[in-house]
Amino acid sequence: MFEWLDLNKKMGMLPNASEHGYLIDHMLQFCHWFMAVLFVGWTAYFLYTIVRFHHSRNPKANYHGVQSKASAHIEFSVVLVEAVLLLGFALPLWGKRVNPNEWPDKDKAVRVHAVGEQFAWNFHYPGADNVFGRQDVNLVGANNPLGLDPTDPAGKDDFVSKNELHLVNHKPAVIEITSKDVIHSLSLQHMRMCQDAIPGSKIPMWFRPIREGEFEIVCAQLCGAGHYAMKAMMIVEDQKKFDEWSAEQFKMQHPDAQPAVAPVAAK
Amino acid sequence: MQIPYEIQARPDTGLYNAKLGIWLFLASEVMLFGGLFSGYVFLRMGADPGYWPHGLLDVRIGALNTAILIASSVTVVLAWASLKMRKFRDYKLWMGVSILCGAIFLFVKLTFEWPVKFEHFGAFIKKDALGHYEQYLGNAHLAEKKLDPRVEISGHLHEVEIQAEGVDHAKLETFLKAHDLEAKPDAHDPKVLTIEGRHLTPNVAAKLERVPGVKVEAFVLGLDPVNAAPTDPESDKPHFWYKGPTEHLGKIERKDIEFYSAFAPKHSPYFAIYFTITGLHGLHVLAGVIVMIYLWLPITGGANMFRKNPEHLANRVEVVGLFWHFVDLVWIFVFPIFYLL
Amino acid sequence: MATEAATHTHHDPGHEDHQHYQHWIWKYVFSSDHKTIGIQYGLTGLVFLFFGFCLMLVMRWQLARPDTVVPWIGPMMAHLETWLNMHHPLAADGSPGHWFWLRALTDIFPGGKLSPDGYNSFGAMHGTIMVFFGIVPVAFAAFGNFVVPLQIGAPDMTFPRINMASYWSFFISCIFMSLSFLVPGGAAKSGWTSYPPLSGIADQGQGIFPLGMEHYIHPFWNGQTMWVTGMVFNITASLLGSVNFIATIIQLRAPGMTWMRLPFFVWAQFVTAFLLLLAFPPLEAAGVFQLMDRAFDTSFFMPTGLIVSQQLTHFSGGGSPILWQHLFWFLAHPEVYVLILPGIGMVAEVIACNTRKPLYGYKAMVGAIFVLGFLSFVVWAHHMYMTGMGAKVAGFFQTTTIIISIPSVILLTALLLSLWGGSIRFNTPMCFAASFLPMFGIGGLTGIPLAFNAVDLYLHDTYYIIGHFHYVVAPGTIFAIFAGIYHWYPKATGRMLNEFLGRMHFWGSLIFINGVFFPMFLQGMAGMHRRWYDGGATYDRLSGAVVWGKTGIEWNGFMSTSAFLLGAVQLLFIWNFFWSMKYGRKASDNPWDATTVEWDTPTPPGHGNFTHPIAVYRGPYEYSVPGADKDFSPQTEPPGDRNKPPSGAPERTLHEVEVAHS
Ligand code: HEA
Ligand code: HEA
Ligand code: CUA
Ligand SMILES: [Cu+2]
Repeated sequence: MFEWLDLNKKMGMLPNASEHGYLIDHMLQFCHWFMAVLFVGWTAYFLYTIVRFHHSRNPKANYHGVQSKASAHIEFSVVLVEAVLLLGFALPLWGKRVNPNEWPDKDKAVRVHAVGEQFAWNFHYPGADNVFGRQDVNLVGANNPLGLDPTDPAGKDDFVSKNELHLVNHKPAVIEITSKDVIHSLSLQHMRMCQDAIPGSKIPMWFRPIREGEFEIVCAQLCGAGHYAMKAMMIVEDQKKFDEWSAEQFKMQHPDAQPAVAPVAAK
Repeated sequence: MQIPYEIQARPDTGLYNAKLGIWLFLASEVMLFGGLFSGYVFLRMGADPGYWPHGLLDVRIGALNTAILIASSVTVVLAWASLKMRKFRDYKLWMGVSILCGAIFLFVKLTFEWPVKFEHFGAFIKKDALGHYEQYLGNAHLAEKKLDPRVEISGHLHEVEIQAEGVDHAKLETFLKAHDLEAKPDAHDPKVLTIEGRHLTPNVAAKLERVPGVKVEAFVLGLDPVNAAPTDPESDKPHFWYKGPTEHLGKIERKDIEFYSAFAPKHSPYFAIYFTITGLHGLHVLAGVIVMIYLWLPITGGANMFRKNPEHLANRVEVVGLFWHFVDLVWIFVFPIFYLL
Repeated sequence: MATEAATHTHHDPGHEDHQHYQHWIWKYVFSSDHKTIGIQYGLTGLVFLFFGFCLMLVMRWQLARPDTVVPWIGPMMAHLETWLNMHHPLAADGSPGHWFWLRALTDIFPGGKLSPDGYNSFGAMHGTIMVFFGIVPVAFAAFGNFVVPLQIGAPDMTFPRINMASYWSFFISCIFMSLSFLVPGGAAKSGWTSYPPLSGIADQGQGIFPLGMEHYIHPFWNGQTMWVTGMVFNITASLLGSVNFIATIIQLRAPGMTWMRLPFFVWAQFVTAFLLLLAFPPLEAAGVFQLMDRAFDTSFFMPTGLIVSQQLTHFSGGGSPILWQHLFWFLAHPEVYVLILPGIGMVAEVIACNTRKPLYGYKAMVGAIFVLGFLSFVVWAHHMYMTGMGAKVAGFFQTTTIIISIPSVILLTALLLSLWGGSIRFNTPMCFAASFLPMFGIGGLTGIPLAFNAVDLYLHDTYYIIGHFHYVVAPGTIFAIFAGIYHWYPKATGRMLNEFLGRMHFWGSLIFINGVFFPMFLQGMAGMHRRWYDGGATYDRLSGAVVWGKTGIEWNGFMSTSAFLLGAVQLLFIWNFFWSMKYGRKASDNPWDATTVEWDTPTPPGHGNFTHPIAVYRGPYEYSVPGADKDFSPQTEPPGDRNKPPSGAPERTLHEVEVAHS
């Protein structure tokens, strides 16, 4: 697409960093052009009429006004475009997002539990075995924010990263989102992804990053006095860097354990 | 200045103002109770297995109240009809009966159905402790019958056991006095004080826990029939309320309890929605009764207007009647969803 | 209400006389006259509009200059705080004693700066006040009460006393909302949407950034609980009002005022009343639920295992936070059309009158507004796309949302085409009415991308949305309201508003309001989110991006400046509003040469409105009728022969007509 045609970019839209993102961008692009045409067209008409039919120029109004059926055609074309947008783009797009068959295979994806709390994100990684350890609300405390059960073998290799979400470039990410206290919302705008974190329910989402880099994660739901500052970072990096990072996180959180078996990603 | 169509109907709409007004008002009432009932459905759908009580309320009382309301609906119509036939004495009679019915309905709610619940004790058991209380819960039996598990033990609170040492005796004494309870050392276990007394309600127990130094060990209660005989087929779909708590005592360790309270609104979404809906419905009944009394008492309504303009009185009664039918209709929904399902 | 309804019949004959010797209290304060009540609603609403705006000005300062002392109010509060500390220091347990209400204010501005909680509570109250205490009371209640009975030729509302009850119920809700600023913990701070669990745990001393007073926050007299209680009264007021409006429009149309002769404004009010009547009760139910959660620790909206600041909460759990969102948006989407429909109605009146020609496609517009009304009940979940929806549900709500945009397109198009062939008079009302069209156009059009779930993934909760709905409500509805005020002010007060000040007010408002709201689309696209206390300073990358030569942060400055200038321009209006009451040019009975019935009354109309029996003979917008001697033919002007009964008149003997209007 020609640079000057890119209304999204002109309006300062963030660059896309996910596989499906460009579809959403195209659709928004389409919307903005549609809106621009309607607005410019109608505004032109509007300005013309208020000048042309000012009482100084047109002292006697015409009782019958517009005769042509033009309006019907305009309205019909608006309906048509909207129908195309809806049936052609919107429904398929969302259908694909939530369609179970589209979901990546768990073992081939980076799996994370994102747990919101006032005012931080806990990113819970399953570790080498790619299985999340058991949690219990009665175990929650200052030094165990997720109430992980230390006795559960599956949890032995888990680790929790605060406000830092690490993902592997070109590798699908499956994030299950929930909250401990109030409703937060995990908004990954560069990934064109967003999901409310609702206490009492765990809701998954997935996407495939296609660009390395550091991106800001916004909490997109008012969650209290610290809402504005509930910022996290998303780091998309290559497999190697990711493995190093997880190994080091693991060491930090299980100082007494012997070095981690090759973390999930290596599989 | 006089507003048209207050008594005679407007020809092209066929309605007098008040009648149209009440229909519109009822439309919004439908949406109000629609909202409340959708809340009921939402909560019930979302409840974890075992956390939505079944057959807990007393069907017989519910049925009685239902009958009373339906009867009163008929009598208002009769009252209106007798006005149309200009029979004032009959009107007074039937209106009186309707008022009486409404009053009885409220009486039953406020003196029996609601208060006893605030005395009743229920404790939800932590998931991992459910096993210890199998003899009260009978989950194995339920499992093989493919029924929801039981997670709550309920009954009438007899005594609370608290740790003997570390208690701030002065504070405890004043508390016990205030709620005339008594504390005596436990027969077999010196480390334990048992607190008992007629006024030992769940709320008092909760307050007791907040007294400095007090640490509750266990609750002892006269179990409800369901927990007394959990494997008895009777209890599979129980209507245990009117049977009342048994003499069969049960003991629950505090540490195994996830959450306990009286059968009050905060006990569970079930009681929350039960008290909210029946409460709002009760307010509607009350409002209806008040208006009917107003139209019935010699001083305020009735006679005078009947002499001046009987049609006008008839209109008013018709409007109240419409409202009353609606209140009745709502109850027709309330009864099954809380008492039967 | 049944009894209320009837208590008006059979006044003794003496009634008429002692009407005149009424004590002023009954005449102006506890009046049951629809015009007085309309004006009461109007003034209260305008004051709240202004108040809501002032709250926003403080927030706009904070957004442009994060943690600096807020001018004027800031230093004042800082001094007050030091004074309190000196003379009435906090008790050991942190309780402020009898001076809690002053403390509540100073706690909003610790050291003269707006606190995060202060910002949130101002935001929540700005939203609540603007929607439920500003626009609805003015656009629906005030204009509906004053204009509708006049336009249909009725002596009053069907249920005048219920009408009065409605206003006073509204008044009580106003008191709750206003006083909630003065209680420990401050006013509600969980957004105008009041999502639980946040609203459930708010003001119970469980926040992370407490105001240092949580341990004596009152179980009932605290911001959030007073918010809910206030809303319940507010809702009751709207319900009473809408019953009255609908009944009045159905029952009290003057002879000959057939449905298709109703002015479009009456249709708009009719549909709006139905929206309020049917959409508000579910919110009332939700309000009761939330009240229970807050006052009696129930768990309607509290899920199991709720942990606040690493502590298990005291709730039994088992509830659902989403239930609130469904009940809330089931009201709040129809509510947004409640905000716009009366506006569109007023704009239609003003445009027809000042183009001196009939509206284009009157019937189509009436049809469209009904479709709009029906559909607005089935789109609510487009506010909940982020709660995790399956393809089917999302599909349904995306479709309905797109379909609902079509009647709006029809309405807008009809209004735009109505301009064609007119002889347009640009007086102040017309300026506002005309500029409403493109402004609402922007707001409406930007709603379309939001309708698509996938696109909303990117735009949800950003300033793009703030921009979207402010374009429909601020330069949309508020401009419509201004048009309405300039148009009907003469009828209400007997004097014209000053035209020059009016023009200044118009151009100033038009320019600066766009200065406030247009950059929001850029900020939104650049990823800046709403409800940001520090205007985005935390997110240096997002807000640091340059759009149209400014970073998002810098745009904040530009917008806030515009907002303050916008405020300054409003002072012209306020001045004009009160000055003209006394010194404005005297208005004739029909200053705009309009056709609709309300202009066939003395100015201002007396009790009972009409001095002669009203009968209606033609449609509402018979302007520039070919062959007519003047360019407007009032609805009440008999076509030549007076004795011929008006066509389509309901069977009412002329005697009855006399009674009705004596
Ligand atoms: C009066 C108020 C009003 C109106 C009329 C609308 C109208 C519309 N709104 Fe808006 N909306 C709000 C008030 C309003 N909205 C508010 C307050 C919120 C935020 C609530 C919150 O979260 O706090 C919101 C949020 C909101 C969302 C949720 C976004 C999110 O939170 O993620 C969505 C999503 O679908 C939406 C969609 C729409 C649509 C499709 C319309 C359609 O009806 C629009 C149809 C109109 C048109 C299509 C314009 C047609 C005009 C022309 C074609 C001619 C143009 C003429 C010229 C240019 C001269 N709105
Ligand atoms: C009807 C609804 C309405 C109206 C009219 C407005 C009007 C305005 N709003 Fe607001 N706004 C909301 C509804 C509304 N708003 C809602 C629902 C939210 C979301 C809240 C939340 O997050 O929960 C919001 C949020 C919101 C934000 C985002 C805050 C944030 O997310 O952090 C901002 C930021 O600039 C803002 C600004 C403004 C401005 C500058 C105006 C200006 O247009 C104001 C202009 C006002 C006038 C021009 C009228 C002035 C009155 C008079 C002149 C009367 C004269 C008086 C007498 C004669 C006595 N509003
Ligand atoms: Cu977390 Cu906002
Ligand atoms: Cu909406």
